[in-house]
Amino acid sequence: MAERPEDLNLPNAVITRIIKEALPDGVNVSKEARRAISQAASVFVLYATSCANNFAMKAKRKTLNAGDVLAAMEEMEFERFLEPLREALEVYKKDQKGRKEVSEQKRKDKEKKTDSENDKSREEEEEEEEQQRMEEEPEEEPEEEEEEVVEN
Amino acid sequence: MAQTNPGKDSQASEAKKLISLPTSRVRLIMKSSPDVSSINQDALFLTTKATELFVQHLALTSFNNGSGREANSLDYSDLAKTAEETDTFHFLTDILPKKILARDYLESLEQLQDEDTDF
Repeated sequence: MAERPEDLNLPNAVITRIIKEALPDGVNVSKEARRAISQAASVFVLYATSCANNFAMKAKRKTLNAGDVLAAMEEMEFERFLEPLREALEVYKKDQKGRKEVSEQKRKDKEKKTDSENDKSREEEEEEEEQQRMEEEPEEEPEEEEEEVVEN
Repeated sequence: MAQTNPGKDSQASEAKKLISLPTSRVRLIMKSSPDVSSINQDALFLTTKATELFVQHLALTSFNNGSGREANSLDYSDLAKTAEETDTFHFLTDILPKKILARDYLESLEQLQDEDTDF
C-alpha cells in the first residue's frame, strides 16, 4: 500500500465521530484502535474502487458509476450495505436535483435584470456545461471539505 | 456534499446530513487506484457513504467480538482479532496483524529451527 505524504488518510475527527456514534455510550476507544480503523477505511476505499472498476471495465466504460459501486459491495460480501446505500442515493439524487433547480432558477432571476437577449444563449451554454460537469468528475464545493483537526 | 447550507432553500436545510466524510479526500484515495479514469458523482457519493457504514460495522463487530467488551473499551487487539476471525474483514489481516510478544515470537522461531534439524 502506498504511503504518501499527501494523506491517503481520512480525517481523524470524522472517523472518531463515526466510531463513537456506532458504539454504545461511554465505550473507550484507544488511539491505536482509532488509527487502525482509519487505515482500514482507506484500504476499504481502495478495495471497493478496484472492485467497482473491474465491473466498469467489463462493461467497457471508463467512468465508474453507482451500479459499479453497488456491485462491488455485493462482491465484497457487504450486502448489508446495499439497502442503506440505495436509500441514501435516492435522497442524494433528489437533493442534487433540487439544488440544481434552485441554482438555475436563481441564475435565471438574476439574468432577467440584465440584457435578456444575451442571456438566452448564455443560459443554454451554461446548462450544457453544467450537464457535462454533472456527468464528469464532480467539482468539489469548498463547503464540503471538512476542517481537519490536527491530531497527529 | 450533502451538508446543508443555512440560507439556502428551506427544503435543503430540512434534509439530514447524508455523509460526514469529505468526498474530496475519498476521491483522492480512489484516484490512487490504478486504471481508474473517472468517477461519476453518484459513485463518489456511494463510496463515501459505504466507507462510513464500513467504519461503523468494523467498530461495532470488533467491540462485540472483542475482549474489551467487559471493560467497555475497544482496543487494537479487538480489531486484529476480528480481521482474522470474520470473513468479510479478511482483507484487513495485512494491515491489522495480531501482535505477539517478542519473547513468544523468538520461541516459535526456535521451535521451527528445531523442526528443521529433526527433518
